[in-house]
Amino acid sequence: MSDAAARSATAIAADVQAGRVSAREITEKALARVAAVEPRVGAYLTVLDAAARAAADRVDACIRAGERLPLAGVPLAIKDNMALAGSRTTAASKILADWVAPYTATAVARLLAAGAIPIGKANLDEFAMGSSCENSALGTTRNPYDLERVPGGSSGGSAAAVAAGEATIALGSDTGGSIREPAAFCNVVGFKPTYGRVSRYGLIAFASSLDQIGPLAHTVADAALVYDAIAGGDPMDATSLDRPVEPASARLRDDLRGCKIGIVRQFDTQTLGDDVDAVYRRAYRDLEALGAELVEVTLPTADYGLATYYLIAPAECSSNLARFDGVRYGLRVDADDVREMYARTRAAGFGPEVKRRILIGTYALSSGYYDAYYVRAQKARTLIARDFERAFQSCDLIAAPAASCPAFRFNAKSDPYSMYLMDYYTIPMSLAGLPALSVPCGWVTPDGSTRPMPLGLQLCGPLFSEPLLLGAAHAYESATGHARAHRPALDEAVDHV
Amino acid sequence: MSEFEAVIGIECHVELKTDAKMFCGCPNTFGGEPNTNVCPVCLGLPGALPVPNARAIEHMLRAGLAFDAEIPAFSKFDRKNYFYPDMPKDYQISQYDMPLTQGGAVRYWLADGTLKVCRLTRIHLEEDTGKSTHAGSSDGRIAGSTFSLIDFNRAGVPLMECVSEPELHGADEAVAYLEALRRTLLALGVSDVKMEEGSLRCDANISIRPRGSRELGTKTEIKNMNSFRSVHRAIESEIARQIALIERGERVTQETRGWDEARGVSVSMRSKEEAHDYRYFPDPDLTPLSVAPARVEELRAQMPERPWQQFERYTGEYGLSVTQATQLIDAPALAGYFDRVVAIAGNARAATNFVLGDLSRLANERSVAVAESAVAPEHLAELIALVEAKQINSKIAKELLERMWDGAGSPRAIVEREGLSQTSDPAAVAALVDGVLAAHPAVVAEYRAGKVNVAGFLVGNVMKASRGKADPALVQELVKQRLG
Ligand SMILES: [Zn+2]
Repeated sequence: MSDAAARSATAIAADVQAGRVSAREITEKALARVAAVEPRVGAYLTVLDAAARAAADRVDACIRAGERLPLAGVPLAIKDNMALAGSRTTAASKILADWVAPYTATAVARLLAAGAIPIGKANLDEFAMGSSCENSALGTTRNPYDLERVPGGSSGGSAAAVAAGEATIALGSDTGGSIREPAAFCNVVGFKPTYGRVSRYGLIAFASSLDQIGPLAHTVADAALVYDAIAGGDPMDATSLDRPVEPASARLRDDLRGCKIGIVRQFDTQTLGDDVDAVYRRAYRDLEALGAELVEVTLPTADYGLATYYLIAPAECSSNLARFDGVRYGLRVDADDVREMYARTRAAGFGPEVKRRILIGTYALSSGYYDAYYVRAQKARTLIARDFERAFQSCDLIAAPAASCPAFRFNAKSDPYSMYLMDYYTIPMSLAGLPALSVPCGWVTPDGSTRPMPLGLQLCGPLFSEPLLLGAAHAYESATGHARAHRPALDEAVDHV
Repeated sequence: MSEFEAVIGIECHVELKTDAKMFCGCPNTFGGEPNTNVCPVCLGLPGALPVPNARAIEHMLRAGLAFDAEIPAFSKFDRKNYFYPDMPKDYQISQYDMPLTQGGAVRYWLADGTLKVCRLTRIHLEEDTGKSTHAGSSDGRIAGSTFSLIDFNRAGVPLMECVSEPELHGADEAVAYLEALRRTLLALGVSDVKMEEGSLRCDANISIRPRGSRELGTKTEIKNMNSFRSVHRAIESEIARQIALIERGERVTQETRGWDEARGVSVSMRSKEEAHDYRYFPDPDLTPLSVAPARVEELRAQMPERPWQQFERYTGEYGLSVTQATQLIDAPALAGYFDRVVAIAGNARAATNFVLGDLSRLANERSVAVAESAVAPEHLAELIALVEAKQINSKIAKELLERMWDGAGSPRAIVEREGLSQTSDPAAVAALVDGVLAAHPAVVAEYRAGKVNVAGFLVGNVMKASRGKADPALVQELVKQRLG
């Protein structure tokens, strides 16, 4: 790709730091790229032209003053469920369509302090509830590799922005797979750190005990760079972990010698079709070729992941989303009394998937059902986490698919349950709070299509194993280079016009 | 005595005294321009997260220990979910099944000195809500109002909820319970406990039953009481209302009633309690709290004397009246002063008389607190010792006290310097007596003729002759002896 934004964050930051190019020049190129492709991709809900230029000028001033900024001038897409002071922050919901955040999320603030340039607020499934980005109430995002297909979700805008060269790095949030699945669909790297590693302060909550912010990027090295900048305790988030963070950038490696990688017996890829199965089998062989020892592990309770997740996440969301009531901010539909105002506001402001989850969650927490649903789901969650602990006694990392299929066409998953199934491979790791990532691992051409679509290999490690995990992913990525095999569908047009 | 017995439980909300609010850094202060002490956290803005205030948790532990509650090793915060415009998140962070403290009791005393115990159903920590003002109606009530204004300055202030068992049997007991609760929290410094500023708010659950019955009658909940006096009036009025209903053959309806202080009556607010399902669940934004047993022991060791213990000491050990003891307990600085005087002088009765008598009178006249006056406890103890040893009489003592108030310092030094020592030498006093008798032969004759009350005149003259220093008892004795 010829665009500055498509080059690696490491390279851009080095150039800006050395004064070979200014952050402002990088930013102008990124904004030009956005202007060129955004009408077709729709990755952003808000493009932050003015804020981006102002940030770039600040970064250039800092560089001139001799400061060192690890992400100097690197174009950044911010999932629009993260607060950025002075910018519209919508969670892709009508209920927050005009809300301007008065404060900045910790993870965002850390990236800006490291020199990143906020290019735009990226689209998502409303309140991060979905796996295709189709649940956004405010816009459609298309997969840059096939504009007829979804980018995945919920961090679909973040993944598409990076894939389309509209940003070099992006922040996403992952609750049950919301970084990993769109990363797989859009041929980028997506990384969900250990729960508590990155502050959630300023992330509009979906399911507080599962939500975790993480990077999306073209390369594992870039994801590691972002992770190093955002990880670490935050006095504003009581669930953030105040333990030292070992920089992952320093641990990137080129082989997997001495690494035991577990293949989960329950995750039989044969059920995913021959093409997909072949890609994953090859991926596992490639891991072995890099020196890893493959071992079979079992996660007997992994099958309960989906059911467990769809009780805990809605329960928390039913409470988290209560505050959108029309009283203090956001949409208000007036009525004669406050009860009716609540009802009308929420009826008009929330989309069908959000309403469905609020209802499921309210039911799961109701008196008389609480023990049968919520308490049981918590017990199942503990069992799933124990399964992983046991598995990690015989391996260092686990390899699995990041999604059960490549990106599908719009409206292909019309019933909610088939959409929920998209997260089958990512949810167990989320429930256990484990760090996990998706790295491009091959291509398949879906039936009835001529365009090859990417697949993602999921790697998952024990709690706090981020450096090991990113290091291993880097080895796999360097040896295979799947991401470079095809270019986004829009580049043909753009490059030759 | 009525044939009915009242059964009362009190539910209190106490705002804890901390620098910051419960889950954010906003100042915890009363009043202020509306919506000035607010931030993303206490406004419940999207993405904001709560971080617990360690000081408030410590206040709770200390309150729990003061009420002899158990302190479990683990505790947690839960969300209480319901929609309410004053509540920014539409859930309240509270504690459901694992509060910081469990059980406990409030020990209180009645006007006759009886010490009583009322067990606590629960004490837990939660966050306060904002406050609504309803506008557009003639009386400020929500009915008829056209809009409401909300002030979130109070939202997120740490709040202790304290619920008593229904073990109080009348307005006197209820108010005595509240007073004891208030004194304890004041002594711990965990709250201002001011009903007029809302840092103490309470509701009363009241029912009546035939005396001797063990069953509970239908209860009503009385709200909007804004002083201890109004709690007393409201409870008396409600008991009378319920008795009248029963005696007319009617029934008490379960309902919430609001006390109207101006009219002295309660008014039904809502009769059908909404069946609330609060959908409590552990707050996923807050990790479980673990309380180190060593810390609990440390706090227990630092526990100051509790008001009921002080009451027992004053009335039992020191022999103070209930009123005197209560007066001292309710004036902690004065009580501290008093305790120091007693510790040095060893004479509680004399200390009580001086501290609550002459010294308090002086403090009133001069508008300076006793503990802040120039009269050091050591000097008052000296004065008490001088009186006790009969080195000075009470008249001189009073004069000395006034001079000490004005900064004269050690009374012993004054007595020595000015030769104010009481004359208790029988020979010297006898000489004075003889002199006075000789000077007033007519009066002596009157006495001998049976007018015995003239002795006072003679005694007075002897005292005058001694310039007040003679031991009055000795003078009395010698005058009678000489005349008899
Ligand atoms: Zn605040």
